[in-house]
Amino acid sequence: MARLTLTSGRRLVAGIPILWLLVLFLIPFLIVFRISFSEVRLAIPPYTPLIVWHHGRASLELHTSAYAFLFTDPLYISSYLYSLKVAAVSTLCCLLIGYPMAYAIARAGAASRQVLLMLVVLPFWTSFLLRVYAWIGLLNNNGVINNVLLYLGIIRHPLVLLQTDFAVYIGIVYSYLPFMILPLYANLEKHDPALLEAAADLGARPWRAFLAITLPQSFAGIVAGSLLVFIPAVGEYVIPTLLGRTDQLMIGRVLSDEFFENRDWPVASAVAIVILLLLVIPIMLFQRIQRRELEATP
Amino acid sequence: MRPRGFLVRGALVLGLVFLYVPIVSMIVFSFNNSRLVTVWDAAHSPTLKWYGTLLNNQQILSAAWLSIRIALIAASGAVVLGTLAGIALVRFGAWRGRTLLAGMTTAPIVMPEVITGLSLLLLFVALQQLIGWPRGVGAVTITLAHITFCMAFVTVVVQSRLAGFDESLEEAAMDLGARPLRVFFRITLPLILPAIASGWLLAFTLSWDDLVTTQFVAGPGSSTLPMVIFSKVRFGVTPDVNALATIMVLIVASGIALSSVWMRLRQRRRERDLQLAASTEEVSAI
Repeated sequence: MARLTLTSGRRLVAGIPILWLLVLFLIPFLIVFRISFSEVRLAIPPYTPLIVWHHGRASLELHTSAYAFLFTDPLYISSYLYSLKVAAVSTLCCLLIGYPMAYAIARAGAASRQVLLMLVVLPFWTSFLLRVYAWIGLLNNNGVINNVLLYLGIIRHPLVLLQTDFAVYIGIVYSYLPFMILPLYANLEKHDPALLEAAADLGARPWRAFLAITLPQSFAGIVAGSLLVFIPAVGEYVIPTLLGRTDQLMIGRVLSDEFFENRDWPVASAVAIVILLLLVIPIMLFQRIQRRELEATP
Repeated sequence: MRPRGFLVRGALVLGLVFLYVPIVSMIVFSFNNSRLVTVWDAAHSPTLKWYGTLLNNQQILSAAWLSIRIALIAASGAVVLGTLAGIALVRFGAWRGRTLLAGMTTAPIVMPEVITGLSLLLLFVALQQLIGWPRGVGAVTITLAHITFCMAFVTVVVQSRLAGFDESLEEAAMDLGARPLRVFFRITLPLILPAIASGWLLAFTLSWDDLVTTQFVAGPGSSTLPMVIFSKVRFGVTPDVNALATIMVLIVASGIALSSVWMRLRQRRRERDLQLAASTEEVSAI
């Protein structure tokens, strides 16, 4: 193996990003973890210290009241379950819409493939917030969709579309669809068409060949795309706030409200820690796939 | 090509329609005269009056200017850190701490933003108590937060580009006696420059667009453009936001059009060079 730089030089190259991420990514989590074990109090900062000096002796004070609160108030549990459900349904919808799209792009000619990929990515480059906002105008009671349906005589009264589960699904699927399509495309593009031809020569119907060959081969792409949608969707804040129900909040909104409205830092931190616990397996899975993907590239 | 090709292509077209209908509707209604955003006032439309309202809105303009400055600095910082991380991950073999760095650069990509935002704010509060810096939250803390989540994306882009070509060029330069820094600036950097450029653009977009993390680490007087938009649209639609969206789509679309023209020109030049090289080779073979 060639020595690209001197060891001390290499240490510097690797050390700078590691130091940055230790301070601004890893340590912040430890702080959240630590504050989740304190109690709220009226002071600056608004939580109890971890180590208390008492008659010259330091004692460790761990409070679990924030966690106890999470598991006794049904609001939190229902928000967690609702968030998981919304993320799961949205991920499934993304997969069902995104798979055929990725498949069609991967099978298109080389020239149109580039154009199609650009069309999929282009919305991503325009503001996420504005694209979610656009759906308010479409889903409103006097919005575009209702007006079109009324005009066509399909409905007589406007449908209530905004502030429903449906609106949140639409918003998440719409915003995250490129994240599903891109890893699927990257996977499907690598498939060898000779396998499908062989299956056809042996008399397999296209659907059968697809189920027996393409689908299992694209499993890694399915998992990568699903994780890219599912994990951030669980903590989604903007979409449910703009489009979603007001009687059932998602957990990202609950966290933000605890922090900004109730000013309860310990409970907000405990909410964050429990979200992380729910997501730790998907996140680790994502890291493994990502690592394999980046190291498999020739 | 196959019997179901028709079905799959139909799904692709429908999916693209789904992706573009909201954007097109924003553009159309930005020219609508009515204050009721979704009711087309045919008598007085199209009109540019919302563009006028927008350009006279001092709050939006100054927020946009702040967002641009933050995005410029954040993207540049993220590119430096992300490139260093990418090189360390791909070129240094299996070193101690590699797994840690790999983990810390992939996790921010999927981390729910409320958690990133909360944890960064709590860090800044703790730092302020401990060392007295940063003094309060504002543009500086927003920029630090943006650099952190943007560098993860840059790392991935640089990493996959570096993994795409082997080390033989760098090794050859080393064998010829080039110093490591010289190898980096003459060989490695030019090779990964396209990745660095697209990483920078990606980071700029992510920073420019970020709302949730920013809200946590922003202070009074440091409202970025997404924060202003969010507080406007939270309680319903406002027509001048449609005009803003149209302007942004226009900028992005023309930027992409320009870059694809440039890429095509470069591609053509490269093909010509290759042909030229091939023909001279033939000549020298004779």
